[in-house]
Amino acid sequence: MKFIDEFRDPSKAKTLLKNINALTQQIPRCQTRPLQLMEVCGGHTHSIFKYGIEQMLPDTIELVHGPGCPVCVLPMGRVDDCIALAEHPNVIFTTFGDAMRVPGSKKSLLQAKAEGADIRMVYSPLDALKIARDNPEREVVFFALGFETTMPSTALTVLRAEAENIDNFAVFCNHITIIPTIKAILDSPELTLDGFLGPGHVSMVIGSAPYEFIAGHYQKPLVISGFEPLDILQSIWMLLKQMAEGRCEVENQYQRVVPDDGNNPALDAVQTVFELREFFEWRGLGSIDHSGVKLRAKYASFDAELKYSVPNLKIADPKSCQCGEVLKGVIKPWQCKIFGTACTPETPMGSLMVASEGACAAVYNYGRIDLAEILKKREQAAEAQRA
Amino acid sequence: MCVGIPGRIVEINDPEHNIATVEIGGIKRKINIACVVDKTHTANDCMGDWVLVHVGFAMSRIDEQEAAATLALLTELGEIEGELQELVSSSGAAA
Repeated sequence: MKFIDEFRDPSKAKTLLKNINALTQQIPRCQTRPLQLMEVCGGHTHSIFKYGIEQMLPDTIELVHGPGCPVCVLPMGRVDDCIALAEHPNVIFTTFGDAMRVPGSKKSLLQAKAEGADIRMVYSPLDALKIARDNPEREVVFFALGFETTMPSTALTVLRAEAENIDNFAVFCNHITIIPTIKAILDSPELTLDGFLGPGHVSMVIGSAPYEFIAGHYQKPLVISGFEPLDILQSIWMLLKQMAEGRCEVENQYQRVVPDDGNNPALDAVQTVFELREFFEWRGLGSIDHSGVKLRAKYASFDAELKYSVPNLKIADPKSCQCGEVLKGVIKPWQCKIFGTACTPETPMGSLMVASEGACAAVYNYGRIDLAEILKKREQAAEAQRA
Repeated sequence: MCVGIPGRIVEINDPEHNIATVEIGGIKRKINIACVVDKTHTANDCMGDWVLVHVGFAMSRIDEQEAAATLALLTELGEIEGELQELVSSSGAAA
């Protein structure tokens, strides 16, 4: 496919890897400890594992998988709220497929569907609106989820519902914003990151200017990156080049898709429909100020949280889950106590094992790790402890 | 979640409501093109455009020149490397 195949060319990847290797020799920090680069976006995490990019890189570069998978950072209480909405007798609950298997405190949406709730997977919020149009006697709720990439589509769908006077459509808004989240990571005391791969598709909406404080105030370089293997390798090369030349800037590798000033019609729609929440709860990361949005009062009739009563309870993650530590890069997915045993993609305990963009699922499905070896070591350690 | 796929607009179905048909790897689907339309580039001007499609919306017009420039830079990087290798091997021969 055009714009995809040519960005997977192995010979160009080899060239980039050689240049990356050469640059690591010129960066003093590389001589004492591995450089830690965080890919913020779950789409990048998925590509990195799918193409085995981590294994191609020299040992002096470590990739830390960031919090940019909206399904993975959804707290359990919000999943319970979804199920409460879906179990309203007259509601058709619509959702992206990714969210179906995320465990709530009692069940997932998939289990609720099996028990009889009318839950339907949609590709687009416009499909949910069509269901509302086609079923005027029912109430349709769309589970709106995602970063700035997805926010405009929800906003435009609400505006369309308003224009058509469709009053049996509402949105359960769980949209989150990337900038406060990156800031929370940068403010974390255990931070050892050296640079960022910026999220390509969030950036096509918000542009490159919102990241300037990362290079300025925090002195960490950031390169906005595309999602194909060559995009990711070129972005890593650009980050290293900055470090070798003593620069610290926001650069854009993904120029074919990301204009520097973002997408104005999309931002206008978001601005019209949404406003910032005071705070939003993240799985593993806790509460982050101004990291989520809700519908403005003008669109209250489309807000499922106001239209229906949702339990809105805070529910702690299962004790055995170490999703939070994995999200912050403190441990690697396979270092979690239940990785590959109690928690697998078939029976996920933690959300990082659910979505294909979750670090744990990516490692489990594509990772070049020896699961049998990990389990053996874990068993030996447990035995040693018992003795 | 933030996945986007490049597709080409092959039909403008409803310019007033910004609805167009996009072809992605042989599959056709109607999408909303409101985010890639403005006063200087109307819905009808979008015919033939390559766009990045996300959850039923065109979110960016793909810049073919920029794509070519990125690939050209990588080709150039390979050529420089080739020249350097030649340089190393020829200086080896001289010694």
